[in-house]
Parts: sequence; C-alpha cells; structure tokens
Amino acid sequence: MERILDVKNLHVDFKTYNGTVHAIRGVDFHLNDGETLAIVGESGSGKSVTVRSVLRLLAKNASISQGEVLYHGEDLLKKSEKEMDNLRGNKISMIFQDPMTSLDPTMTIGKQVAEPLLIHNKVSKADALKRAEEVLRLVGIPNPKARMKDYPHQFSGGQRQRIVIAIAIVDYPEILIADEPTTALDVTVQAQIIDLLRELQQKIGTSIIFITHDLGVVAGIADRVAVMYAGKFVEYGSVDEVFYDPQHPYTWGLLDSMPTLNTSEQDRLNSIPGTPPNLLNPPTGDAFAPRNAYALQIDTEQQPPFFKVTKTHYAATWLLHPDAPKVTPPVSIQQRFKKYQAWLEGDVK
Amino acid sequence: MAEDRNPIVQVKHLKQYFNIGKANEVKAVDDVSFNIYEGETFGLVGESGSGKSTTGRSIIRLYKPTSGQILFRGEDISKLKNRSPKMKKFRSEMQMIFQDPYASLNPRMKVKDIIAEGLDIHGLAKNDDERTQRVEELLDMVHLNPEHMTRYPYEFSGGQRQRIGIARALAVDPQFIIADEPISALDVSIQAQVVNLLQDIQRDRGLTYMFIAHDLSMVKYISDRIAVMYAGKIVELADADEIYNNPLHPYTQSLLSAIPVPDPEIEKTRERIDFDHSRHFNDQQRFQEVQPGHFLYCDDQTAAKFK
Repeated sequence: MERILDVKNLHVDFKTYNGTVHAIRGVDFHLNDGETLAIVGESGSGKSVTVRSVLRLLAKNASISQGEVLYHGEDLLKKSEKEMDNLRGNKISMIFQDPMTSLDPTMTIGKQVAEPLLIHNKVSKADALKRAEEVLRLVGIPNPKARMKDYPHQFSGGQRQRIVIAIAIVDYPEILIADEPTTALDVTVQAQIIDLLRELQQKIGTSIIFITHDLGVVAGIADRVAVMYAGKFVEYGSVDEVFYDPQHPYTWGLLDSMPTLNTSEQDRLNSIPGTPPNLLNPPTGDAFAPRNAYALQIDTEQQPPFFKVTKTHYAATWLLHPDAPKVTPPVSIQQRFKKYQAWLEGDVK
Repeated sequence: MAEDRNPIVQVKHLKQYFNIGKANEVKAVDDVSFNIYEGETFGLVGESGSGKSTTGRSIIRLYKPTSGQILFRGEDISKLKNRSPKMKKFRSEMQMIFQDPYASLNPRMKVKDIIAEGLDIHGLAKNDDERTQRVEELLDMVHLNPEHMTRYPYEFSGGQRQRIGIARALAVDPQFIIADEPISALDVSIQAQVVNLLQDIQRDRGLTYMFIAHDLSMVKYISDRIAVMYAGKIVELADADEIYNNPLHPYTQSLLSAIPVPDPEIEKTRERIDFDHSRHFNDQQRFQEVQPGHFLYCDDQTAAKFK
C-alpha cells in the first residue's frame, strides 16, 4: 500500500500569556492510499491541532517547531503559502465540526459548492455549477438543481453537514480530513453521514483522516485507529487490534468507561480518575501516569517508547517491556481479548 | 411495578407552544402525559428539536405551559405565579443541572457565591459561618476541594464545573432534579465520573431524577424508565430494559439501530432502520398503554395487536 501522507516527529507549540503550551509533542503517523484512519482522544489531546498542521491551518500564536509532513514525498512544511493554497480544498480538503459556522450565510449553496472549482481549476462558471449540482446529488440533497439557489439557513443541520461535505469533495480530493464531522448531529443523522462518507470513499477513492472522541463511531468507520493523549499518540493499530487487543491503559480506560447496552444499573461505571495534564509544563514521565492505576515507578521518570505488538500495532506503555510485571486489565477488556482470541483461532481452523 | 409507587411529578396533557397564532408557531411539546415516581430515574431521549429540553423546562416552570397540568406531589404548579410564596417553596424542591458547564456558571462570581446563591434566596443559612460550612459540605459531596471555594469558574475544568453545577443544585436540598444533558459536553473519561457521582448522591439522599439526553447507551445505563420523544410527542415509554429489548414504535427502533457501539464487529454488520415521519403519524393515534407499563403512541388497531 502506498503511503500518501507521512507525518514525522511533529511538534507544535502555542505561545500564550502564561507561557508556551506544548500541544503536540512528537507525533508520527502515516495515511495509506484509500484507507480511513481515525484519531481518537479527549478535548485538548491535540487531535485537531495535528491534522490542522497538515494543512498549515493553525492559529497565529502556533508554530510547528519540528517535524515533517510528507505528501507524496514532498514536505508540506517547506511549501510557500501560495503552493499550499493550491493544495487546500483541492488535493487535501477538510470538513469541520460545526456545519452552522463553516458555511457562509450570505452566499447561495450552489455558489459555495462551486467555489473551490472556480478557484483551483479555472473552469467556466456554468461548468462549475453543473459539477456542484452533481456533487450535491451525490451527498443526498434532494432536488439539487432548485436548492442550489437557497441559503444555508434554509437547510437542516444534517443537510448543512452534507453541503459542507459536498464542498470538501467537489474537486475529488486525495485526502479528506474530517474533524468531528458528526459530533454536532443527532445519532440518526450521524449514522447517515457516516454511511455517506463510506460510500463516497468507494466512489471517489479518497483517503480519510477522521477525528472523533466517540469510540462507537470509530468502530464503524475506521480501518486503522490512533489513540492520542496529551499531545502524543499512545497506541495505534488496525481497528480490530485497538478494539479487541488494546495494550495501553488509557485505551483500556476509554473503552471501559463507556456503558454498553449490557451494562446494568447495578454495575458501577469505571471512570478514569483525575484530569489530563497541563501542557504548559508537560510531565517528564508518561503523561497518563497520574491517572493510571497500572502505572509503574518508571512511568513517572521516563516516557515510554513505542513497543511493537504486531507489525501494524504499537503501544507506548512500559507494561509491554519484557521486564514489566504482568497486570490484569479491567474485566471488560479481558472479554475483548477473549473474543479476539476465539476469532484468531477460528481463522486458523 | 412502578405503578404501586408514589408519583412525585405528574404531567397531564402538557402543551408548550411558542409564537402562538403567528405564522411561525411551534408546537414544541404537544400533549404529553407521564408520571415520574419517587426515587426513580426517568430518562427522556430524543433528537434535537424533539421537545425534550422544553418538557424539562416547562416542568420546572422556566416556561409557563400553554395548557395542561403539572402536579408536584399532587399540587398543580402549572399556574403558580412567579415570585409567589408557593412558587418560591416549589423552586427549592426542584432543581436543574444544565448541559453546558461553561455557560451555566456566572464567570464573575466566586464558586462559593454561586453555590450559596440558593441558600441566600431561601434564607437557609443563619450566618456567614453556617453559609461557608454548608458550601464546604457541598463541595466535599461532589468531590471538589473545599479550599477552592474562593476561585472563579474559569479556573476549573469542564468536569469540575459540572460538579459545581451539581453542588449548586443540591444546596437547597431538593427532592427532584432535572438534569438536562449533564454530560454531553464532557469527555468520555470524565462522563463516567459525573454519572457515578449523580448515582451516589441519588442513593445517599433518595433523590428522584429526570435525565434528559441523546446519548442512548448512557440513558439506558442510568434510567429505570425511559420515554422517547419525537416531534413534540412521547412516542413510547417503558422500563429501560423493555425499551431496548422490545421497542415497539418505529422511531424507537430506528433510534436504537443508529447508536454506535464501540465494537467493530457489531458496527460492520449493523443494519440501520430508516424512519419515515410521514408514514408513521396520523390523527387516529393516541398515547396508550399497550402492555403493562409499556406505553405507545399509536392507533387503536395497532394497540390491539400488542395487547
């Protein structure tokens, strides 16, 4: 599989009145052609900053202090602003969380969808509008020809998110970055949007980076998953590896704190105690250690490197060190292990 | 069954319309009836715009109901006048926890004064020492450090702010709390902390909750009974397990089929059920009990099928 995006050792700092916030502290990831990579993490973990760095859409007080963002082997961080403009919304495009604020309220949606084509491809206005109509039909806006003359307020929340998606894909981008595209939507609408993204991926062959904090959504859309905490990735692997064979205690905590439909009211929810660290002064050891019931002495002293679980699955926890003591993960995680084991054995037979 | 228990809140044919008589009239809540029993957690789910928050806000009388009755411990509160002594008493018995912990705390007030505001209004603290002591107890109850009472809201995280909101609601010693999406603005790892806290407090103090949410797995976990709302109507109401194992209304079925579960195997094989509004509603339908404790908004023929 070809890597169309390869991010290496990314560091992003934010200058604030209180000092420098080290929001991203060394992130490596890649995106394979045609796949969906999900990045999960809590607010403030740095998932949005990571993907915005790819497009260099960061706030004024932010700076990428180290790292490379290789797109087909070329470092995007070395490109001029003009070269970036040619990529944004064209080769690499982005869907934002809030469909209410990412559309221009004073412009008809037909014009908004056609705009990227007019800017990038220098096609005629008539052609651009024709294409806009096709794409609006593709994302499931009924009667697109007539509705192109309408303004954003004349659409529902779910329809607006469809329009935002239409704008992002009108130029058939190679990479689509979706930053919490369904968080503001109801579950039934969320399900429709996820189906739509899957369908579009098959039709136009886009690779997707999908950011969310909802593990349920991840399970449905991702080929691979990366879990982020306090500005670093802590675990990544295929969707099955991360959900059925998780290795990092933070991943355990996330999976364990969600009630399943089988959790009864008598069972207490397992929560992760405490709150994430302040990245003004990142801890010297593992950032998750203070909240981690499985923390070892070394976690407070030294950041764990990534340990290899399989050739696609890595986790940054000292528990995977050969000398680490054996620990018993939460019951719900053990059940996930068992399911996976049974599967793997089933596959062998 | 729940029917043997004492209803703490009875809602009878509640209607809450806005912009009445104008072109943009909205029937946010359209003839809704249900009981909430002492000590239970009553979950109210529905999508945005379904009227679930409006129902909560009408019950606590942030709105004046258009018609219908709201009985609290048998007394009709739907027509009480603002600032009347009865209303004041009622306001101390029923409290609300809001969705957004960033918007629901006054940024210019110290945590101490935010929590004590209810004590001041209802004259529940005789002097400053007692007031401070009470605030300390409340902060302790929600697992916040009492030493932080002189801080301002911005100094706290989202989860901590929601705890402050809970402490404020508890200050006046209410019996009934309406929690309107109290965890949807919080991260997954923090949600469980707040839900556990709410359950501990309920157990310790024998509180009754109305829990409004769109996160169905959390509602199923926390609720004894669940009502599903759609377009201003309750379309189905039953015990939490019953709703999940035996959903009868097409909308409930559609909603349940859309909940994402953190399990790739389930997600990959999931079949979603679409719901077509126009096909499932007509004026022959009414809200009726089709099986013991299981209510459904349907016509009489459909009801007969389930009986």
